[in-house]
Amino acid sequence: MSTDIRSPIPGVFYRRPSPADEPFVEVGSAVEVATVVALVEVMKQFFDVHAGVSGTIATVEVPDAEMVDAGQLLFTVNQ
Amino acid sequence: MSARPLKRVLVANRGEIAMRVMRAATEVGLDTVAVYSQADREAGHVRLATEAVEIGPPPASRSYLDGDAIIAAALASGCDAVHPGYGFLAENAAFAARCAAEGLRFVGPRPEVISRMGDKVAARETALRAGVPVVPGTPGGVDTLAEAIEASQLVGFPLLIKASAGGGGRGIRIVDRPEDLEANLTVARNEARAAFGDDTVYLERYLASARHVEVQVFGDGAEALHLCERECSLQRKRQKLIEEAPAPNLSERLRADLHAAALALSRAVAYEGAGTVEFLVDRASGEFFFIEMNTRIQVEHPVTEMICGLDLVREQLRHAGGAPLSFGQTDVVPRGAAIEMRINAEDPANGFMPCPGTIHDLDLPGGPGVRVSTPMRPGSVVPPFYDSLIAKIIVWDVDRPAALARARRALGELRIEGISTTAPLIRELLSIPEVVAGDYDTGFVERRLGT
Repeated sequence: MSTDIRSPIPGVFYRRPSPADEPFVEVGSAVEVATVVALVEVMKQFFDVHAGVSGTIATVEVPDAEMVDAGQLLFTVNQ
Repeated sequence: MSARPLKRVLVANRGEIAMRVMRAATEVGLDTVAVYSQADREAGHVRLATEAVEIGPPPASRSYLDGDAIIAAALASGCDAVHPGYGFLAENAAFAARCAAEGLRFVGPRPEVISRMGDKVAARETALRAGVPVVPGTPGGVDTLAEAIEASQLVGFPLLIKASAGGGGRGIRIVDRPEDLEANLTVARNEARAAFGDDTVYLERYLASARHVEVQVFGDGAEALHLCERECSLQRKRQKLIEEAPAPNLSERLRADLHAAALALSRAVAYEGAGTVEFLVDRASGEFFFIEMNTRIQVEHPVTEMICGLDLVREQLRHAGGAPLSFGQTDVVPRGAAIEMRINAEDPANGFMPCPGTIHDLDLPGGPGVRVSTPMRPGSVVPPFYDSLIAKIIVWDVDRPAALARARRALGELRIEGISTTAPLIRELLSIPEVVAGDYDTGFVERRLGT
């Protein structure tokens, strides 16, 4: 079964904790409910995006540093 | 600096402060040039300027922080000066130096003063040498977790992790317990790198109950004057919500000592232009400690202007044009009380979640003693890319109780439709007995909110 991870807020989507770091997750990464999978920056604040489910990252839907809307699909997870 | 008067100033900012600077520039006879990102084509500062130049895509890193694009715009539009406002490039010494190298007057202190006071470690050393007390903390940046752990034993908990390149409450984290140090250190360094391009951080004791009192200064390189102090303790996550001048409930002795300390530091660096020396006043002991100097005009500068009857931005522009100071220390006679309320596009009922969006309708307060600084009008869009300040409401009245009543009255007239704002929180704060009595510290708001 596949589940979506969506952005809780509008902003700029970041796949890495900082430009020099590795992405939080890649396709195939195992995630738990509380795993941080991305950051969204809005009005100079950074918000963690949590997986919300446990499973394996199946797809990454948005490139790093792209603008996203609230509710936009970011990842899919195989449970 | 030559005494050639200025003709045309580029304002390297957006929002209310860009408009504030343009208004002062227009009053002293200067043309104004706005710069704007693709997200700001309809913004207030673009409408107000003599001329406006688009400088890049919406993210600040590619527009308002792009020094090359801004300098190119200034040269192409025939400017002879650049006013940076606050935030963005206002405390970027390299940008100030580049302006000078291109023949543009940077409205602010010399680059070496910006970098010295902007580097919190160097600023602290400068304060110590000037005889100004500082908060216990690490003498330099901490690079590794091991270093941080060792240093934390000397500094003590709770402590703050601060970005050396930070300011305005950005890049600061509070750590209550030793076991929280590692996680916070990582986040603090990442945030510092993201915000300032420099991940140097240092540690400092967090005072349990302190007031934030800051002194406005203005220097001409030879002499420095103070313009009294501001009380800015009503904060959330180190972001000021309400500021006032003068600071209530300070002994005249403490007030005079704060002014003298601010002037000692300003003179130690031969300060030029408008600046703010920030202190924490320990409520238990009455001691005060220097925390930082902001080498720019500040968000809350209007409360000082209201009680002193002076225009700080006009004075900045006059100074940049080579004019002598228009006032002396004996001309600084505070009168009445002023309060500034910051209205942010954040939802206090939902964890202060940022609320970009469209303002469908807007009523702004007016009447006696009320000054509003906002780029917003009905239909304005608050973009998600920049900070959340959308309006400042400043009131003045003959004394503090009258100013509080006027603040509540003015806020009652404010109506913003379409996005959530912090106005309900500000309204609530203005009626709390401790706030009315001036009896609070920098942790007051967060304790009230239970966060």
